[in-house]
Amino acid sequence: MFILEQLLNGLQLGVMLFLMSAGLTLVFGIMRVINLAHGSFYMLGAYVAATVTMHSGSFLLGMLAALPAAGLAGILVELIVLRRLYQRDHLDQVLATFGLIFFFNELTRMIWGRQPLFMEVPSWLAGSVELLPGIRYPVYRLAILLVGVVVALFLYLLFSRTRLGMRIRAGATNRETVAALGVNIRLLYTLVFGLGTMLAGLAGMMAGPILAVEAGMGDSILILTFVVIVIGGIGSVRGALVGAILVGLVDTLARAFLPGLLRLVLTTAAADRAGAAIASMSVYIFMALFLALRPAGLFPVSES
Amino acid sequence: MHRSAAVMVCLLLLPLAMAGAAEPVKIGMITTLSTRAGYLGEEIRDGFRLAVELGGGRLGGVPVKLLVADDGRSPGKGRRIAERFIRRDHVRILTGLVFSNVALAVVPLAVRRNVLVVSPNAGPSLLAGEGCSSNFFNVSWQTDTLSEALGRYATERGYDRVFLIAPNYVAGKDNIAGFKRYFRGTIAGEVYTALGQADYAAEIAALRRAKPDAVYFFLPGGMGINFLKQYAQAGLQGVIPLMGPAATDGRLLGAVGEAAVGVINSAQWNSDFDNPANRRFVTAFRQKYGRTPTLFSSQGYDAALLIGSALRAVAGDVTRTDALRAALEKADFQSVRGRFRFGRNHFPVQDYYIRQVVKTGDGSLVNRLRVRVFTDHGDAYADRCPMP
Repeated sequence: MFILEQLLNGLQLGVMLFLMSAGLTLVFGIMRVINLAHGSFYMLGAYVAATVTMHSGSFLLGMLAALPAAGLAGILVELIVLRRLYQRDHLDQVLATFGLIFFFNELTRMIWGRQPLFMEVPSWLAGSVELLPGIRYPVYRLAILLVGVVVALFLYLLFSRTRLGMRIRAGATNRETVAALGVNIRLLYTLVFGLGTMLAGLAGMMAGPILAVEAGMGDSILILTFVVIVIGGIGSVRGALVGAILVGLVDTLARAFLPGLLRLVLTTAAADRAGAAIASMSVYIFMALFLALRPAGLFPVSES
Repeated sequence: MHRSAAVMVCLLLLPLAMAGAAEPVKIGMITTLSTRAGYLGEEIRDGFRLAVELGGGRLGGVPVKLLVADDGRSPGKGRRIAERFIRRDHVRILTGLVFSNVALAVVPLAVRRNVLVVSPNAGPSLLAGEGCSSNFFNVSWQTDTLSEALGRYATERGYDRVFLIAPNYVAGKDNIAGFKRYFRGTIAGEVYTALGQADYAAEIAALRRAKPDAVYFFLPGGMGINFLKQYAQAGLQGVIPLMGPAATDGRLLGAVGEAAVGVINSAQWNSDFDNPANRRFVTAFRQKYGRTPTLFSSQGYDAALLIGSALRAVAGDVTRTDALRAALEKADFQSVRGRFRFGRNHFPVQDYYIRQVVKTGDGSLVNRLRVRVFTDHGDAYADRCPMP
């Protein structure tokens, strides 16, 4: 029973990571840009959702405002900053987008102040349900799982069934040829970036009722997001999905069971301390082992 | 000739005249205003400024000039600011410290040069025991003591099994040690989380399974907000009592909302304390800033009053360090918390209280005073301090 609950927790963390990493991996895979500021759009989504929800009293309105806000902010950043960086090397991109993190963190402090914002679970998603006898699980976390499934489905259909998706995939494989065929690759890039930041905004919005809505909230999830796309294979949305769920499960299960397992061989105090230390490293150990076996990640995107 | 001689005399006298016009005493405030924990420094600064303002730009009747700098929670930055304050601005009194790691970088550097430090918050054990200094004063609490108060309370309430959760770093371990020092029941589980962890689903599932009588948590700042929200969403709010040291100041209540109702916390002060000093402080604070002061702003205010009492004793002559230090030791000021004095290690000997978050009739959330658990309580490290 306990293990089932922890599996659900791991899946749900995985879904949040998937929403973040899908956008990031798209941007990297297609545009070859390392965007360290991805977490800022997550934060922006949470802030806009919290503000609109607070003033309108409607969670859905908050959601409707947060998604376009994060998407538009992404498009603006692409137009103003990233366009100038495509031809530069990765170090310049890292520096510029790292600077954007500070810019956005300070911007939120200037607009909203240092006080973390209040956002609660809407009443129709509050409470918990009994999944199996003895397992009560918060409805809101189940809703996050559902959103993750819907987004995964949406991205699958977008890429496999639509002309836009086809162009995006083609652009990832060989951008010169796609451009030569008359596709407006600049516009395509802008759209992809906007889509990516919108997904980050969605993740941030859904995190709002669970986490503190505060400046810098995107920084901590960003590192795990990079772990996910490295494991999944840079540029692969499918890899992001599987990688995110693997990372979510490893992180949660290690936190839940490692101290207990270590107690079998160590004293309680030592086990608790070592367990906590190893649990917080578990994701990175997992990544290192994984990369030793498959250096290109789960689903490497073949490059021309 | 006469004219130019007169001008010369005037010019010669000018520096003297300026010195005579009571140049304000500079006080260097090194505090944390940026990063996610920036609101703590903001509260302390606002409390301190209020005291200066109520005194008409003076503390203890002596004109003061407050220099404020943000340490960004970084020990290196704190050290650089301290160097600048001491060397360039010739500051003789430092204050503002929020975090232990910054304090451990700033305090040794300052006390070596005979600069006095009055900490309105940071009180690490390293500065309370063997590492105490005659030039360092803490006006809030030694880190362990708020958790000691909760340990005593849990024992008095008859909680048999308590589940502990704290981040895996120095202050987390200090707080857990403080709780255990006064808790006589059994530990139902002890979980150390990563510092800055966002999701607590795994830990909450584990504590639910342990079925404790109560949960003790030390998760400062955003971590606490995350934990409280998730604890309530897991349906445990009001089912298993939750307690944490100074866990629920007014700022945090605004971000957590009703998920914080019922949380038990410990403090040396509450906004409804009925003494003249506190009534004046709370009224003036609300008037100036439009919000209820927190524990941290009360500490900033008290730090200012303490410094004022010492400035009065030396009539604003901060070069008389020995007299200034002796005056600080006396703590001759009306603290908003009521009785207050320093122990031999210059940490407070004071009363500690248990508060609980309740929802008032108009729907706002406040900390209500429950019970006093310690009277004239010092810290566990004072005996190891070699100061006479």
